[in-house]
Amino acid sequence: MPVLWLFLIVLAIAALGFVLGRRRALKSADGESRRLHSLPIYYGTNAAMKVAVPALGLLCLWLLAQPLYVNSRVAATIPDAAIAEGSTLGLVMSDVRRVARGLDLAVVEGAMTAPQAASLDAETADVRQELASLGVALGSTVTADTLRAAQDYRAYSTTGTLMMVVAVLFAAIIGCGWALRETDRDFRARNVVERGILVLLIAAASVAVLTTLGIVLSLIFQTYEFFTLYSALDFFTLLEWAPSFSGRGGASSLGLLPLLWGTLYISMVALLVAVPIGLFSAIYLSEYASSTVRSFAKPMLEVLAGIPTIVYGLFALLTIGPILLSVFGDDTLGWMQGQRAVLTAGVAMGIMLIPFVSSLSDDIINAVPQALRDGSYGLGATKSETIKQVVLPAALPGIVGAILLATSRAIGETMIVVLGAGAAARLSLNPFEAMTTVTAKIVSQLTGDSDFASPEALVAFALGMTLFVMTLGLNVFALYIVRKYREQYE
Amino acid sequence: MTDTSANRPGSATSLITPDARTKRRNRAEARFKVYGITAIGIGLLFLVVLLGSITVNGLGAFQQTFVNVPVYLDPAKLDKRGNRNIEEMKKVSTFGYNPLIQQGLLDKAAELGIETPLKKRKQMKAMLSASAAAKVRDFVLANPETLGQTVEFKLLAASRVDGYLKGRVQRKDVARDKNIDAEHLDLTDSLVAAGVVAKTFNLSFITGADASESRAEQAGIGVAMLGSFFMMLVVLVLSLPIGVAASIYLEEFAPKNRWTDLIEVNISNLAAVPSIVFGILGLAVFIQVMHLPQSAPLVGGLVLTLMTLPTIIISTRASLKSVPPSIRDAALGVGASKMQSVFHHVLPLAMPGILTGTIIGLAQALGETAPLLLIGMVGYIATNVPDGIAAGFLDPNSAMPAQIYEWAKRADPAYYERAWGGIIILLVFLLAMNIIAILLRRRFERRW
Repeated sequence: MPVLWLFLIVLAIAALGFVLGRRRALKSADGESRRLHSLPIYYGTNAAMKVAVPALGLLCLWLLAQPLYVNSRVAATIPDAAIAEGSTLGLVMSDVRRVARGLDLAVVEGAMTAPQAASLDAETADVRQELASLGVALGSTVTADTLRAAQDYRAYSTTGTLMMVVAVLFAAIIGCGWALRETDRDFRARNVVERGILVLLIAAASVAVLTTLGIVLSLIFQTYEFFTLYSALDFFTLLEWAPSFSGRGGASSLGLLPLLWGTLYISMVALLVAVPIGLFSAIYLSEYASSTVRSFAKPMLEVLAGIPTIVYGLFALLTIGPILLSVFGDDTLGWMQGQRAVLTAGVAMGIMLIPFVSSLSDDIINAVPQALRDGSYGLGATKSETIKQVVLPAALPGIVGAILLATSRAIGETMIVVLGAGAAARLSLNPFEAMTTVTAKIVSQLTGDSDFASPEALVAFALGMTLFVMTLGLNVFALYIVRKYREQYE
Repeated sequence: MTDTSANRPGSATSLITPDARTKRRNRAEARFKVYGITAIGIGLLFLVVLLGSITVNGLGAFQQTFVNVPVYLDPAKLDKRGNRNIEEMKKVSTFGYNPLIQQGLLDKAAELGIETPLKKRKQMKAMLSASAAAKVRDFVLANPETLGQTVEFKLLAASRVDGYLKGRVQRKDVARDKNIDAEHLDLTDSLVAAGVVAKTFNLSFITGADASESRAEQAGIGVAMLGSFFMMLVVLVLSLPIGVAASIYLEEFAPKNRWTDLIEVNISNLAAVPSIVFGILGLAVFIQVMHLPQSAPLVGGLVLTLMTLPTIIISTRASLKSVPPSIRDAALGVGASKMQSVFHHVLPLAMPGILTGTIIGLAQALGETAPLLLIGMVGYIATNVPDGIAAGFLDPNSAMPAQIYEWAKRADPAYYERAWGGIIILLVFLLAMNIIAILLRRRFERRW
């Protein structure tokens, strides 16, 4: 809560700065705004900006940095002996944080007074019981070390928060004073404000770069950690995927290949559905269809693109699966055992990709100039011959690019395979068998388990890295093909 | 074509009677056209099947079977001391209420003269939802003066009874089901005929909370809807200003240099990164490094913001680009600064396009599931409506698509109906957002 209050106080100071800055500027020009360098509003904005931007920036940085700093300070005080067999520093620290939060909660709820909470002793009081009564569940009983660390943690956090309040308010007031001091009829307020706004605009544009950086760094660090626990060679070459959660490490074999095979197989089925349907729809819509048909069919197909993937997942599991089972199942051909299969997920994914392929190809086919078609008709070719021998070759690089983009979409698709493809990793050619994919395993390795130190959980980051590299590579390759082989018709 | 005549000297070809080759070419032409029509037909067929199966399977979730039971609120059982002290009455748990409700249903059946082999009170358990006792208990604690009276309650029927009325539970399945017997279904038939058991509109599916695995009849999507709402607030508040600011910079101010190129490449790549990778980012950065609470709509909103930003930036840039340069030149000509020309003239003119793009980006974010799985929004049973705005952002909650996934995972087929019903609600929201976007574009878009 203090953060919200602090935020509001800073905003209030900024508003005050706005009023004061404007008034001061007008006063310096004897109330005649034409004598000012800039419009009066810019003097106010200048003051408000100098209050809010540094103070709020400091607040954000502090909120990000304080937990990291407190964590490392407290973690350094925990002796190695306090870390139980099979546990890690990270687990102990998460217990410490939970105890600290529980104690804070106890003070807020009035179950303990502040000095009582600060002088709590692990020997005499059953901390776990007391916190459990407040709804804070702990994984193990609280040892003296944990409790002491938690008290340290609370002390550091309290000091830190206090310092944050002081520092932020100080920054706000300094900013206000500075802005008011420089406010004068000759002060170029508009130029300063506009430069400030430009900096904010650049910062906003840089968020995209920060996001990519965040993705790449988090993937690299965790993947590196995974490879220190598990052999990279095994990860890339083992033909078996069998994580064990009971015995930590050692017993699991985490081979990428079966997952990769499942991913590629399902994507292939999806493309076999999506590419012919999407491509022929695009050809028909752009070359044959009357404008009424086009204005009806094109948006209808695009509705398929707006439907969330969870819907396709459920559709695969509960509609496509049973339909396929009734055709290929035990009662008839006996090829298919369960609803979840490569074909189930592949068909659903294919339906999802139809509008993707068709609208991209449609744009590309439309971009082929009419003169090429007219030339072909003039030589006596029929419409279909023109399409097959003139339009499609001209549009080919774009179409290949569209298919590559669709492939990258298929490889990264998660919900359809989580619901429709099954959980068993298999290296098999049978499309009626359940298989699993890279994305499905990322989900299953990272949900429900809060311990991120075991190779079984960290492998998800290595899988994520594989996925990221694959999709990025496909996208870059698609762009490259489109750029390199694009015909210029100017 | 020239060689056909050359091969057959003497046989003059005519334009009126097509030769074999022309026929073949015309057939190929017709065939090709049929391929196209078939492809579109298949695509539309898929759409119809998809929407059809959503409607057929999901509409049931909006109807729920209720049982009208007169319950005698026995003071001897519910208030043993007889002094109407609320604190003491709270000590009677729902187990104390169950026999009264079951007796009430049994008496009702007897009063209507329904012949049933079910004579024991306990056997009525299979007819009613496990939540019924809690409802009666809440009523009694709120109105202690009703003790000793017989009050008519409209209670949820058990999920199997509900399924039987909706055709999901067949008589042949009941033989293997330990929760319900054929006699119960006979009793249900008679009670339906008597009007005691009836299907009505189920508001609590839209407004209610999720329920435990065994109480499908009670589960609703309301709390998850609130979770989605708070997430969308975060996305809107963050992605609209950041997206617009970034687009203004890139479109109006950015010099051609390495940094600008880097940003441009990044944005187009981010738009193609699989959504699950954003989930990994959220897990690693927001939860593991920054220690933000797991399953909180705030974290979900942050992750979805990063995901929607590229969409918003791309559409905003397109609408900024469509404002003709003459507007900028005119503003500069009357002495406005570059910044003033952008903020006072270009931005307001581009606003309809920006809002349309934002709404479409929000609709995408609303339906996204995969990143939410990784930050812990699944497996959590959203039973409590968040109290207050801060709790709405920070307390664990679910979101609509995550809730649908959660229901789809549960073993009870009654939950599949809920999942389809949830999809209908989700699609209604998406449809509404898209219609608003289209109307905005129609109403305000200017052609230059």
